[in-house]
Amino acid sequence: VTQYLLRRLIIAIPSLLGISVILFTVLALAPGDPFEELATNPAIPPEVRANLRASLGLDDPVHVRYFAWLTSMLRGEWGYSFVSRIPVDELIVQRLPTTIAVIGASQVVALAIALPVGIYAATRPYSIFDQIANTLAFVGFSLPTFFTGLLFILFFSIYLDWLPFVYRTDIEATGWNWWWQQLRQSIMPVMVLGLFQGAAWTRFVRSAVLDVIRLDHVTTARAKGIPERAVTMRHVVRNAMIPVVTLVALQMPAVFGGAIVTEQIFRVPGIGSLLISAILANDTPVIMAVTFVIAALVVFFNLLADVIYGWLDPRISYR
Amino acid sequence: MTEDDLHQMIGRVKRGALSRRGFVKRLAAVGLTAPMATQLLALHGISPASAQSVPAYRPTRRGGGGALKILYWQASTLPNPHFAVGTTNQDASRVFYEPLAGWAADGTLHPILAAEIPSVENKGLSEDGRSVTWKLKRGVKWHDGQDFSADDVVFNWEYAKNPAVAGVTSGSYTNINVRKIDDHTVRVEFERPNPFWADAFVASRGMIIPKHLFKDYAGANARDAPTNIRPVGTGAYRMTSFAPGDTLRAEANPAYHMENRPFFDTVEVKGGGDAVSAARAVLQTGDFDYAWNLQVEDEILKRLEAAGRGKVNIVEGGNIEFVQLNATDPNREVEGERSHISTQHPAFRDPAVRQAMAMLIDRNALEQFIYGRGGPATSNFLNNPPRFASPNTRWEFSIQKANEILDAAGWARGRDGIRTKDGVRLRFVFQTSVNAPRQRTQAIYKQAAQRAGVDLELKSVTASVFFSADIANPDTYTKLYADMQMYTTTMTQADPQLFMNQYVSWEISAKANNWQGRNIVRWRNEEYDRIFREAEGELDPVKRAALFIRMNDLIVGSNHVIPLVKRPLVSASLNSLNHVLSAWDNTFWLLGDWWRTT
Repeated sequence: VTQYLLRRLIIAIPSLLGISVILFTVLALAPGDPFEELATNPAIPPEVRANLRASLGLDDPVHVRYFAWLTSMLRGEWGYSFVSRIPVDELIVQRLPTTIAVIGASQVVALAIALPVGIYAATRPYSIFDQIANTLAFVGFSLPTFFTGLLFILFFSIYLDWLPFVYRTDIEATGWNWWWQQLRQSIMPVMVLGLFQGAAWTRFVRSAVLDVIRLDHVTTARAKGIPERAVTMRHVVRNAMIPVVTLVALQMPAVFGGAIVTEQIFRVPGIGSLLISAILANDTPVIMAVTFVIAALVVFFNLLADVIYGWLDPRISYR
Repeated sequence: MTEDDLHQMIGRVKRGALSRRGFVKRLAAVGLTAPMATQLLALHGISPASAQSVPAYRPTRRGGGGALKILYWQASTLPNPHFAVGTTNQDASRVFYEPLAGWAADGTLHPILAAEIPSVENKGLSEDGRSVTWKLKRGVKWHDGQDFSADDVVFNWEYAKNPAVAGVTSGSYTNINVRKIDDHTVRVEFERPNPFWADAFVASRGMIIPKHLFKDYAGANARDAPTNIRPVGTGAYRMTSFAPGDTLRAEANPAYHMENRPFFDTVEVKGGGDAVSAARAVLQTGDFDYAWNLQVEDEILKRLEAAGRGKVNIVEGGNIEFVQLNATDPNREVEGERSHISTQHPAFRDPAVRQAMAMLIDRNALEQFIYGRGGPATSNFLNNPPRFASPNTRWEFSIQKANEILDAAGWARGRDGIRTKDGVRLRFVFQTSVNAPRQRTQAIYKQAAQRAGVDLELKSVTASVFFSADIANPDTYTKLYADMQMYTTTMTQADPQLFMNQYVSWEISAKANNWQGRNIVRWRNEEYDRIFREAEGELDPVKRAALFIRMNDLIVGSNHVIPLVKRPLVSASLNSLNHVLSAWDNTFWLLGDWWRTT
């Protein structure tokens, strides 16, 4: 397994390099300029703007900029944000706790819905429960998050006036009150994301379980007189989990990448909102860092998924 | 009112026969009030009565007001006033930093770090208009306990004018000389008599940063200064935390130099999200006290306002949404450049076509159905301060008249209904940025134009491209590779000089200056150039205003520029909040004077 891991990690290096080249070129080709606001301001002499561009190396050719970025990245220097002149890693670290708390919680909610509902529905296909679960799942993933988000705000914040819809990182409270406030402000974004993800996963878990439940080894297990519960858990679910693990593992980078739309609606200062504001401000170092971290996470979680396969299904070997 | 009347009135103020307030009021009545009205008095040796121009501050002790929560839909990223790109960052800086004086809503100067407003009377202003002496307030301390002095003021000048620093305030500091007279006096000297002396060290471009924390970062390393993101100012509130792109937090400064101020214990400025929900958070749920710059349809604002919790504040400034008719030919390439200054637009060179185009946009409809209170129709390019607003222009919407004009000029309708003359068809590419109200305006314009035999091809470009300075991109607004375009131009100062340079011939946007020239419509007029030069050195405010009015009339009269609607600043606040807003200064220009009625 160690050898396999090593090989996979070595293969990952060129693919990450390739990703970074593509990202950088696309960003360099994209229109816009971090100082466009200066362009419309009559009080700022054009020389100042030219000076600024030069001082940030924006006038250098693309490949020079790329290698400058790459070498400093290899030395562990992530560069500085053009707009706030703060090290990019500091910016990301600032956003990380909120992102993990909100997006992470929503993934947990999604799993907590998808697994039991999906499995239960699959064990009783076409029952009333299955029909209802299916319908709700369809509704759930057909409604985009920006729509459910606004709906939640209108209902819970405006109409009922129960929950705040502006997420604040600096709640002035301590102890239980702090947790209570935190819960109140997180519940809407978490549920919006969790329900959407959960609905999609429910359908997936259901079909994965349905595929396995018809197989011969399940019938054999039942014939041996093993209780239905044990059959489902040990012989069905474990096998059905292989495709689900892939899906969940690939979803994990999103925990760090944030959810751009939902973060914008609820003003959650996560990595998604950092990315979108960096894109709008043409803040290349921040865009590069965030997208590159996400790319690295995708590669890493893919590897992790492959390792978990082996544990779920010992027949899969690493060669 | 003639110049003589005005001088007579100034004489009466001098003799004490007319109060300063009465003077400003009278000027207002004839459309002449302005920040410069104060300077007008000051130049004649009468010190401005500034104390009355700011609403009364009632709290009788410092602090105890709880939290003040403010919502911006754009988040601040860098609270250093010399690097503050955009109003969001300027406002964020203003929470901590202060200038010597700020502009009140009625256009008078209000002393902040200055002990008094300079005037000829108090020997602050020289009579030849070539220098101004500021007396600094004593006993002012920076948030870290150090004393504020003239050295700090002089340092800001050195810092801002240094090209290596590349500060956005440099324009206000490059052509002046600043001298320290003593620890609490500085003199600003100008190369030539300067009618607009209250620029350096005043308002948004005049915020003063501490020398002791920035002196090691006054060159090419300016952007690395740790204090850039941990501001230490003299303001009513001092920083507690700052998360770029998210939240800025501050607490009351216990050693603030103004009595009984500030009222609030903490201030929080939360950024991000969108304008509509920001308006909701104030007007409907009351979660926040103040929401900034609500570019939201007026219908929505009115509906939210009906909840009765808060109100919408409209503050008039000089920003204007307008249309440009290209003076050059965007479809012919000369020396690798379209819209080259040596060419003429085949259709717009005919004044009749331009006149007809100006008649085909229904400004009333724009105000009524699109912009509401956020966009009053106007016929002037230069609208504010009121004393610069021309009384000579009119706008008219008449498809019939436009048709008559075009008929008379020989533009005959072809078989497809589009007018043609000498092989030139009245078919124009009309570009603007992607923005709902602008696309609706485009549609209204197109409909009316169609009925006059003019075909408009609508084009909308993403704002980040349209307003970028990208030399490689053909769709930027400064290139104007289209027949006509529409956008809002901003007026950041109470003085129109920098605003009206948009039509002088030496500012023409071209390849040679990387399309950074300010004259984008590429209109040339010798008279305009001459008057502009004259205004630059004219010390008599009345004559100067007349010159700017003439400039406005020239450019609007040419119809190459078609003003549509004014864009005042729109914000929302809770009914209980007493704020001090001004169109000529930052939102937080007097944050220390904000308080809450209980």
